[in-house]
Amino acid sequence: MTLIITAIAAIICVAIRFLKPEFAQQYHIGALALMYAGAALMWCVDGFACLAEGEPFVELADTAAMADDALLGLCVVVLGLVIWGIILLVKKNSRAKAAA
Amino acid sequence: MACFLVPTTEAIVTSIVKKGVEAKSDPAAEAKLAESGKFSWKTKLSWLTGMLWGGAALLCLEHIWHGEVVLYPPFLTAMNDPADTVIMLQEMSTVGVGMAVFVTLAWVVMVLIADHAPAIRKALQAGKSAEERA
Repeated sequence: MTLIITAIAAIICVAIRFLKPEFAQQYHIGALALMYAGAALMWCVDGFACLAEGEPFVELADTAAMADDALLGLCVVVLGLVIWGIILLVKKNSRAKAAA
Repeated sequence: MACFLVPTTEAIVTSIVKKGVEAKSDPAAEAKLAESGKFSWKTKLSWLTGMLWGGAALLCLEHIWHGEVVLYPPFLTAMNDPADTVIMLQEMSTVGVGMAVFVTLAWVVMVLIADHAPAIRKALQAGKSAEERA
């Protein structure tokens, strides 16, 4: 579930990046998309490793584990947004310093 | 179990390489590249470092969530037991390296698409105008 939620977040960010390029450039949506895409790719590899050990690629049978993974997925999306917010603040400050 | 440390190591190395490329870059040449719709190596490397650092940070949260990483020494809970340490190192050498390789391969595909994007765009536009004429 974490992989699915992160992959959806990455797809949304990539869609914004290409549908609204000026907005995406101003707000560094590309950085957010790269974060989520990188994480989703890494979790894909984790999924393949689980398959090799005879476990499912994505845990959907165990409801409790699925709910835990879904909550983790949401926390991962929030952490990504927090890191992106910090990136925006740092870029804004460096632009202000360069202008001054 | 700490498999994200391998992509983190690659992120550190790639960031150092990117700093070197930035130091040698020529702003005028980069502006020329941007005008022709192409991307400099500084930009291409920033895609790789973005995916590696971002992925490592988010995977670190997952490892903290599952109790495999703690915020005090020895930081990796597997280090408390030699048997777990062996499993952790095995995972890092298989899954960790696999993660780093997979992300790097995805980046190579991104670079190939970006390098050929102007030609692809031209071909699509030529196809569109041929359709409109017909």
